Amino acid sequence: MNDQHYNFAYLDEQTKRMIRRAILKGLAIPGYQVPFASREMPMPYGWGTGGVQVTAACLTPDDRLKVIDQGADDTTNAVSIRKFFQRTAGVAVTTATPEASVIQTRHRIPEVALTEGQILVYQVPIPEPLRFLEPRETETRRMHALEDYGLMHVKLYEDIARHGAIATSYAYPVKVEGRYVMDPSPIPKFDNPKLAGCAAIQLFGAGREQRIYALPPYTKAVSLDFDDFPFEPTKAAGACAICGSDTSYLDEVIVDDAGGRMFVCSDTDYCASRAEGQP
Amino acid sequence: MYVAVKGGERAIDNAHAWLAEERRGDVAVPEMSVAQIREQLALAVNRVMAEGSLYDPDLAALAIKQARGDLIEAIFLIRAYRTTLPRFGASRPLDTASMACDRRVSATFKDAPGGQVLGPTFDYTHRLLDFKLMADGDTPNAPQGAARHEATPHITQFLNAEGLIQQEPASDATPRDLTRQPMQLPADRALRLQALARADEGFLLSLAYSTQRGFGRTHAFVGELRIGAVTVEMDIPELGFAIDLGEVTLTECETVNQFTGSKTEPPQFTRGYGLVLGQTERKAISMSLVDRALRWAELGEDNIGAPAQDEEFVLMHCDNIQATGFLEHIKLPHYVDFQSELELIRKLRAAVTAGQEAAE
Amino acid sequence: MSAGPLFRVEGLSKRYGARIGCADVSFDLWPGEVMGIVGESGSGKTTLLNCMAGHLAPDAGRVLFDMKDRGMVDTVTMPEPERRRLVRTDWAFVHQHARDGLRMGVSAGGNVGERLMAVGARHYGDIRAAAVDWLGRVEIAADRVDDRPRAFSGGMQQRLQIARNLVTGPRLVFMDEPTGGLDVSVQARLLDLLRGLVREMGLSAIVVTHDLAVVRLLADRLMVMKDGRVVETGLTDQVLDDPQHGYTQLLVSSVLQV
Repeated sequence: MNDQHYNFAYLDEQTKRMIRRAILKGLAIPGYQVPFASREMPMPYGWGTGGVQVTAACLTPDDRLKVIDQGADDTTNAVSIRKFFQRTAGVAVTTATPEASVIQTRHRIPEVALTEGQILVYQVPIPEPLRFLEPRETETRRMHALEDYGLMHVKLYEDIARHGAIATSYAYPVKVEGRYVMDPSPIPKFDNPKLAGCAAIQLFGAGREQRIYALPPYTKAVSLDFDDFPFEPTKAAGACAICGSDTSYLDEVIVDDAGGRMFVCSDTDYCASRAEGQP
Repeated sequence: MYVAVKGGERAIDNAHAWLAEERRGDVAVPEMSVAQIREQLALAVNRVMAEGSLYDPDLAALAIKQARGDLIEAIFLIRAYRTTLPRFGASRPLDTASMACDRRVSATFKDAPGGQVLGPTFDYTHRLLDFKLMADGDTPNAPQGAARHEATPHITQFLNAEGLIQQEPASDATPRDLTRQPMQLPADRALRLQALARADEGFLLSLAYSTQRGFGRTHAFVGELRIGAVTVEMDIPELGFAIDLGEVTLTECETVNQFTGSKTEPPQFTRGYGLVLGQTERKAISMSLVDRALRWAELGEDNIGAPAQDEEFVLMHCDNIQATGFLEHIKLPHYVDFQSELELIRKLRAAVTAGQEAAE
Repeated sequence: MSAGPLFRVEGLSKRYGARIGCADVSFDLWPGEVMGIVGESGSGKTTLLNCMAGHLAPDAGRVLFDMKDRGMVDTVTMPEPERRRLVRTDWAFVHQHARDGLRMGVSAGGNVGERLMAVGARHYGDIRAAAVDWLGRVEIAADRVDDRPRAFSGGMQQRLQIARNLVTGPRLVFMDEPTGGLDVSVQARLLDLLRGLVREMGLSAIVVTHDLAVVRLLADRLMVMKDGRVVETGLTDQVLDDPQHGYTQLLVSSVLQV
C-alpha cells in the first residue's frame, strides 16, 4: 500500500530525474564521483540517505526489493529502510538474493553471484578514497583529475613498513578501469573481488557528501597492492555453525561469559538457503 | 543453537511505542498543546524555523513537541518535511529597511534616525530565577508606545554616504541554491551566507567567539542589530504585479569591521552580515562575524590559518543535521567491518609473536 | 641528448600590484650546468624561482624545458597534468625548510619512495631497496628507513629531502636556499654532498641563495639580482673575483668583511 501523501518512492519526479542523470553520468565514467544535489531524507545522514535516494530513483512498481545491512535482512536499519519503501513505493520485497531486482546494501556484497538485470545499491558514508590522506575536497578532486595517486601507495607502503602487511581490512580502495581510484564503501576486503566483472549494475550513493558513483556490469576493479605484497581477501578461519559454509564471510558471535565464540554467515539469506537444502 | 539478532522489526515497533509513551510523560500532568509551545517557547520555535529553513511557527512547535524538546531532532523533522514541499516560485528580495522593528540597536552611534529600541530583550535582566513563574501568575501589561510607520534606514547607509564603508557590488544574478545544487567550493558569498543562515547556532557561536579571541580577528562593531516583521512579496507573472504573501520575522545584523586600504586606495570599513529567520539574535551576530572572517581573501587579508577563515572547514561542518546523522551512525552495526579488523589484528599480532619467539 | 639548452627563460616578469617581483628575466641553462642566483632578500630571486618552477604564475614570459622528443616546450602554458608529471619526474625542488618538502608523518623510506610510486613503481621490495640506497647516498644510516623525519636533525632532514627529490633521476633541480637555517659545520657537509651528487649525476640545477659561499662551491655561472632585475651575469669566479656592477661589488665586499 502506497502512502498517498508522497510521490511513488517518496522523492518527487524532478528530483528522481536529477538523480538518474547523476547515475547515468556515473555509469559513463566508472569510478568517478558525480556531485548531486542530495535531498534531506526522513532518515538521518549517515544512515543510508544516499543509498535510499539512488534506490528511489531506480525503483519501478514492478521491482522486487531486498535490503541488507551487515549482510543480514533483519538488522534494524535494513528493516527500517525496507519498511520505508514498502510504505512509500508499495513495491514487493524479498530476502532471496536471486529474486531481487534491486538490492540495497550496507557493508556487504551478497555471497551468491549477482546476475544481469539486477542493481546493487551501496550506502556510502565517505565516498572519497583519499579523504584520510588529504582532508580537503578541493585538493582531492584535483588529485583525481590529475590521476595523482602516489599518496595512496605511500599509505600502503607505510602499512607494510610498520606492520609487515597492508593494514586496511575494509573500504579497501580499488582502481577502476585503470583510471579512477574508488572507495567501494566499507565492505570487508573479502568482498572486493566480487566488485570486478560483476554482471549486475553497481551504484554507490553518498547522501551527506552529495556524491554518486557507479560500476557498470563487467567493469574492471583492481584492489591496490604491491607486486610482492599482493591483495588478499581474508575472512575468519572457520565454518558457519548453522550451515557449515567455510567459503562465506563469517561474523563472530560471543556465546558465553568465558569468551567462547562461534562463527555464523554474515549473509543470512545465503545461510538460510543452505541450511534448508541440508537433510 | 544461538541465532544472531532476529526480530529487528519487532524491536523497532516496540521502541517506537515506548518512545511515544516517554514523550507524553506522566499522564497526570496536562498535555502541552502546540499553541502553548508556539507562544511560550517562541525562541525555541524560532531556532527550529531558522535552522530547519522553514518559516512556519505551528509546524516548528509541533516538531518540538514530537522531538520531546530536542531541538536538533525538531530541526531534522522540519528539514525532512520541507524537502518534500513543491516550489512554486521565489519571492522578491526582502526589504529589511522597511522592517517593522521590535528591536533595533546600534553599538556604533549613540542615536540615529529610527532611534535605539531595546525591545523584548534579556540583555539587562538579572539572571535570577523567577520563582513566581512556578506559580501561574499573571503577567503585567507592558507599556505601549506609538508605532513607527516610516522606514528605518540602515546605519551602514550613513557610513556608506561618506564612502567610509565598502560598497557591496549589486547583482541581479540568481544566486546558487544550496538545497538544489551540490555544494561546490570555492563558494561565493551568497552561497556561504545561505549555508550560515541555516547553520548550527552553537557551531557559529563558537567560531565567532574564536575570532574575537584572535583566531581570525576582524575587530567587529555591531553597526546595527534589528528584529522585526518584513513583508514577503512575490511577482505573479499572470497578474503583472507583486502581491503580499505575508510577513516573516527576521533578525538582521550588520557589523562594521576593520578597514582595508593601501597607498593608492583610501581606507574603508568592511562589512559582515547576518540574516536569520525569527528572533535569533545570538545566531545573527555570530553569522555576521563568521561571514566577515571568511572574506579574508577578497579583502586582501592574511590567512592566519584560523578555523573561522577556512571556508571548506566552516561550510562542510556547520550543518547540524549532517553532523548529527553522521556522528550518530557509528552506533549502527559495524560488525562486518569490525570482524575484518579482528582478523587483521590477530594476523599481525601472530606475525609479531612468531618473530619474538623465533628470536628467543 | 639534444645539442641545445635544457632550460630557457624568456622575458619572465611577475608583479605584486604596483610592486615588481621580477622583471624581464631571460637566460639559458645548459645540460649539466649549475646556475646560481644571488641577491639580498627582496631582490626577487625567490619570486623568480617560484615562477620558473611553476609554483607561481608569471604575468609575462616563457619558461621552456627540453622535453626530449618534443623539443623545447613552454611549461607555463603546458596543461596541468603534464606539468605535474614533469614536476614528479624530470624536475625536482629542494625547499629551504625541509618540512615544506617532506611528509613529516611518513617514514624516511616512504618519503623517498613516494616519487617512485607516483610514476608507477609497484614492488615494495624494490622501492624499499631504492630508498635504502638513496639514504646511503645522502649519508643516512639504513636502519633509519622506518623513522619519521621528526626524529631527524635539521641537516638529516635536508639530506632526506634531497634524496626524496633525486630518487627519480631528475634532469633539473631547483634549490631554494638549500643550506639556509643550518649550522655552519652542517652547511659545509651538505654542500660537499650536493656538489658530489651534482657532478656524479650530471645534474642541471638552479640554486637561489643569499650565501655567496654556496654559489662559489656549487655554481658554474651566476646571476646577480637587485629590485627584481638581473644586474650582472657571468662565470662564478669571474663575477665573484671581478664584480663589474656596483651592487655586486657591495655584495662581494660585505661577504669578505665577514
